[in-house]
Amino acid sequence: MKFSEQWLRAWVNPALSSDELAHLLTMAGLEVEENEAAAPAFTNVFVAEVLSVTKHPDADRLNVCSVNVGEAEAVQIVCGAPNVKPGIRIPCARIGAVLPGDFKIKQAKVRGVESFGMLCSGDELGIPDGVDGLLVLPTDAPVGAPIRDYLQLDDRLLMLKLTPNRTDCLSIKGIAREVAALTGTVQSPVAIAAVQPKNDDVRSVTLGSTDACPRYAGRVIRNINQAATTPDWMKQRLARSGIRSISATVDVTNYVLLEQGQPMHAFDLAKLDGGITARYAKAGETIKLLNDKELALEADMLVIADDKKPVALAGIMGGGDTGVTEATRDIFLESAFFAPNVIAGKARRLGFSSDSSHRFERGVDFGACRDALERATQLVLEICGGEAGPVVEQIAELPARKPVLLRVSRVAKVLGVALSADEIVAILNRLGLATVVSGDAITVTPPSYRFDIEIEEDLIEEVARVFGYDNVPVAASNAKLSMLPQSGNARGKAALKDILVARDYQEAINYAFVEEKWEADFAGNAAPIKLINPIASQMSVMRSTLFGGLVNALKHNLNRKQERVRLFELARVFHGVAADAQSEKIAGLAWGSREPEQWGAGKERVDFYDVKADVEALIAPRIAEFRRASHPALHPGRSADVVLGGVVIGVIGELHPKWVQQYELGNAPVLFEIDVAALLAVDKVEAKAVSRFQPVRRDLALVVDEYVAVAELLSVFSDVKSPFITGIELFDVYRGKGVDEGKKSLAFKVLMQDTHKTLTDEEVDGVVAKLIRQGEKCGATLRA
Amino acid sequence: MVANVQAILDEGIAALNATNDPQELENAKARYTGKEGAITALLKQLGTLPPEEKKTFGATVNQAKQAFEAALTARREALAAEKLAKQLAAEALDITLPGRGRPTGGLHPVTLVQQRIENLFRSIGFDVADGPEIENDFHNFAALNIPQDHPARAMQDTFYVEGGDEPLVLRTHTSPIQVRYMLGNPPPIKIVAPGRVFRVDSDATHSPMFHQMEGLWVEEGVSFADLKSVVVDFLRNFFERDDLQVRFRPSFFPFTEPSAEIDVLGARGWLEVGGCGMVHPNVLKNVGIDPEKYTGFAFGIGLDRFAMLYYGVNDLRLFFENDLSFLGQFK
Repeated sequence: MKFSEQWLRAWVNPALSSDELAHLLTMAGLEVEENEAAAPAFTNVFVAEVLSVTKHPDADRLNVCSVNVGEAEAVQIVCGAPNVKPGIRIPCARIGAVLPGDFKIKQAKVRGVESFGMLCSGDELGIPDGVDGLLVLPTDAPVGAPIRDYLQLDDRLLMLKLTPNRTDCLSIKGIAREVAALTGTVQSPVAIAAVQPKNDDVRSVTLGSTDACPRYAGRVIRNINQAATTPDWMKQRLARSGIRSISATVDVTNYVLLEQGQPMHAFDLAKLDGGITARYAKAGETIKLLNDKELALEADMLVIADDKKPVALAGIMGGGDTGVTEATRDIFLESAFFAPNVIAGKARRLGFSSDSSHRFERGVDFGACRDALERATQLVLEICGGEAGPVVEQIAELPARKPVLLRVSRVAKVLGVALSADEIVAILNRLGLATVVSGDAITVTPPSYRFDIEIEEDLIEEVARVFGYDNVPVAASNAKLSMLPQSGNARGKAALKDILVARDYQEAINYAFVEEKWEADFAGNAAPIKLINPIASQMSVMRSTLFGGLVNALKHNLNRKQERVRLFELARVFHGVAADAQSEKIAGLAWGSREPEQWGAGKERVDFYDVKADVEALIAPRIAEFRRASHPALHPGRSADVVLGGVVIGVIGELHPKWVQQYELGNAPVLFEIDVAALLAVDKVEAKAVSRFQPVRRDLALVVDEYVAVAELLSVFSDVKSPFITGIELFDVYRGKGVDEGKKSLAFKVLMQDTHKTLTDEEVDGVVAKLIRQGEKCGATLRA
Repeated sequence: MVANVQAILDEGIAALNATNDPQELENAKARYTGKEGAITALLKQLGTLPPEEKKTFGATVNQAKQAFEAALTARREALAAEKLAKQLAAEALDITLPGRGRPTGGLHPVTLVQQRIENLFRSIGFDVADGPEIENDFHNFAALNIPQDHPARAMQDTFYVEGGDEPLVLRTHTSPIQVRYMLGNPPPIKIVAPGRVFRVDSDATHSPMFHQMEGLWVEEGVSFADLKSVVVDFLRNFFERDDLQVRFRPSFFPFTEPSAEIDVLGARGWLEVGGCGMVHPNVLKNVGIDPEKYTGFAFGIGLDRFAMLYYGVNDLRLFFENDLSFLGQFK
């Protein structure tokens, strides 16, 4: 809602500056979103009259004008405007004037002719009027008057960003009511008197659906002068609300809409066949609207119809064929109430909105239809002449305004500040809410213009708003202190992220919706969860893997000349729409050299085993198994399932060469993705005694066939149930001289220790011998 | 003869001091105190001398030998010190060469801000809650008192998802987490709920996916004054400014009443940073909590917005491009 501050002040004029008024409204929940001057600052411009115009002797396009500025002597001014002519009144900037843009008016010679000022266009004064040339004022503009006063340019335009519940403030009347309540200022509303009918002309009114339209008032006005021009004061107020002047009749309906908050419509009486009915559309009916839209009406759309056809989409827009035109002589004026739930959503369904639908879908004061009709009639008669007929009005059951109970004690409980019943009642009454007090209980009956007061909290909000949110104390609560539980067997997601950050991964955030192709390529998912209304095709399906986003981020960074990329993301993936099918994963990607390029390290590329260590660090101190696996995104020979406690919790591997090629990555990144839930459980440490006896280390080099996996050997070793073994670790893999082709040598470090004594050589040798025998099960021989 | 001893000693010490390495020193030593050495020869002469001469000459020679050995030790130490000094000089490193190995990575700025806020709220006993991102109508709208014809439910604002028996949406706010938490936990409830949320909107200042953090406290006796207290405390601690001006401006949300926008006073005037209010009685009823007994407040903020304010980032899109030259700043 945009409006002129002066218009509001004509109705209610509190002793507040413009800024104070804006602050008052904002802090009462009517946010002033914009607050701008009606015109930029300028000085020394007056209403003047052009007395004579003669051609400039040396310039075709210039004229030398004699101008009456309200002083005894006329002033000579050179003017280049095409529309200058004797007799017009125009704004004149005198010597010493400063126009917008710091343009100073000085005495000057223009092509040899003295000029003592400047005749101004609207543009030059910062009030564009779309006219090429001087701003021509009405012939009765008082010569010599300051133009800022005459055009009321010292006005401000306020734009309210109203919340949907405050429909009652979508008019000057409503805002004035609110300002009066907030400041206690007395209002001076426009006087509305019933217009006495000059004839008996009526159109019958029928309420076809009393739920949808319980009140409809209308009247015929005959013999209006369509050529009448809208008065400047009305045009100006409309313009300052952002509404263009169209014709006197339409301007009046728009003006009453802004002033009273009641959407009005004027029909061309000659185009109406018989009486008026407010009813739902019938099957097959169509209408052409004022915006030229042809519409097939649906059964839930309320229309205004005459005896033959729909003539308006009720509360939304009038029909194009029955609207007022230049040829209109007689009109039928409508002022009605339509139920919000009937209007709501219809305009949006049709792809447009109107000032009327905006108000009706939120709620229009059903108690004021008649007043608005009288006000509009009065203005039409004043401006366009004509004779009004009697008001025809049908009223069915209007929306109930049920009394709402407000407890003084509940106000204190919810707001945390104790207000007395008297204080509360005073606030409510100022807002126009009727109250009956009985002890703790205040019974409040909301007025017809409030659609947002149904429960106790609605009233508490009103009380708080007028009392002032600022005045509610910032209180320390007396709530009990209690600590948050902290499990020793769980860690947070932050801990997982910290591990990867410490290992040189940077966190990424990718969209949850991805290209359908990524799901196919990186998850083998042919039937991803689709968005019904995606914003773009590359954001059309929900991801079931984080790989796509990471590969895309890799690509993005390679395009920006990054030479080494290590990224991770922790986010939900979507295997279904149920809550438990949306689990969190942590995934990483490493590409480029193992270490950042530096003087003291090689340039080896990161490989499977580097990233495997990162994954092991995430899982530590638990120990995962890595089982050869097949994954659509990954190299079949260089990928593995990550298995913990017999359950697959993730996957690791090099990106499949075909995707490396297709996504133009040059080299394969190594990727991993693990279930977050599986990583959050940790084992609280139960400390073991530390042996005080010497540990023994024996190294064991075994030669096996190339295809034998280290895990197979470790597995058979684990069958040796010796209490002395404290660890067996692989420390070298060797192929080459001394080892046959097709074989490899695996060197293990075997650590042994007893808790009670130093181990003897026999005991140590016995364990080693057992390990060698176990190794033979994998075809291992002791390396010579 | 005595004069001769002094001459040999002087010559011997000079010879020691002329050496430059341990081998030369040992050779020089041998020339004076070795088997065939000059000082050894003097000692050998002692036997040939008469007893009275033997005594005085013997003392002189022994003194000379001791002086020679002292000089020898001094020279040995000097040579050793010289050698060590050389070795140390040779071993000196360019200590300005960069350290070897790997730097650390970093967290995303939105995560950093999220963790910062989580920690502030944990410090006053708020737990962190979470929930799914594909939601049904009940959790995202109906339970939150958002009516059927509310604009938020329109296709232009909300992403709808295929595949459910009922209409499914990508959650448009983190409030459904509140709903789920209240359904599963009796009061007292003190939580913050961070998460990704989705709206059909994409331009310089809007991302179709962004982050919110929701706060909720439901307990007997929680009032609007508590809401103000907690939110002001949070904002002042977050921005580390005790004098930060915060104002609560009446507003409207379907799920709170009274409702307020939260503004902070910045260098260029008031800046809206979030919304809040007392939990609407209908919302409490929808999750089976008695609004007569319990009251509560809720607030919501945009994490991306807070990250922009905190780190001075002026373009929201940077948060979702994953450009390492941007992310790498956040260590």
